[in-house]
Amino acid sequence: MYEFIAFYIFAISTVILFLITVLSKNVLYAMTSLAAGMVMISGFFFLLGADFLGVVQLIVYVGAVMALYAFAMMFFDTTKDVKEKYNNPKLVFLLGGLMAVVFVIIFSAPIIGENIQVASPITDGVGNAQAVGIVLFTKYLVPFEVAAIMLLVAMVAGIILAGKKMDKSLTTTVLPLVDKESEDEILKKESR
Amino acid sequence: MIGISHYLILSGLLFSIGFMGVLRRKNLLMLFFATEVMLNAVNIAFAAIGNYYGDLSGQMFAFFIIAVAASEVAVGLGLLIVLYKKYHTLDLDIISTMRG
Repeated sequence: MYEFIAFYIFAISTVILFLITVLSKNVLYAMTSLAAGMVMISGFFFLLGADFLGVVQLIVYVGAVMALYAFAMMFFDTTKDVKEKYNNPKLVFLLGGLMAVVFVIIFSAPIIGENIQVASPITDGVGNAQAVGIVLFTKYLVPFEVAAIMLLVAMVAGIILAGKKMDKSLTTTVLPLVDKESEDEILKKESR
Repeated sequence: MIGISHYLILSGLLFSIGFMGVLRRKNLLMLFFATEVMLNAVNIAFAAIGNYYGDLSGQMFAFFIIAVAASEVAVGLGLLIVLYKKYHTLDLDIISTMRG
């Protein structure tokens, strides 16, 4: 009974919050409602018995990704409303609805399908975090390490792209000592 | 117990909301938000199907999706900052240089 109530509360609130994310004209409203919707989605993971996934969702998405978005917003002008020109709104709604149908068919196909075998069953007697750890460090060890390298590459890329003057080598070139104004002029010239 | 169909229908609904956002958004930052919505919708479906079969693989794939999403945001926001420095706007109609 409580599961039903929780599910419907989470479902209705995620749908409404994500609709605000998609339809809002203000960047800050969109970002806040996206963060709130992700908190609600972690509720589904707790309902489904995937405790560790729910905690990871809270820490990584709501903590890290949303903080990154909020940080990046300092670079953009977010006070103005976003002006967008729509060419064909009916087509968009039609394609979105069709996509939903296709998605439901794809994911409900295994229910109709026969002899599906469980690849890595949930271990009895241990909690969700232990069970996840056992599977992650035995069967999925190589993808785990590849994901680690991918995150490292992404971190380096983020630093290189967002940092100032990072396209030049800092060790081989000797940067001349310049005052603030001429430094700004150099930056302006480079951006042109 | 709530059946798997509830979760799958909800997941499809959220995915279509995100897809609608991807189609209608013209601001690049808002486009990123819409892709996050789609990734989260797929995560719900993975967790629900994993729970249905008593299989941990669904949760594993959800973890890797979260890792991919995190790195996508890091690289994507760096690119957005470079674009904004160059064009002083994030509007796709202005940024796009290909005509057709």
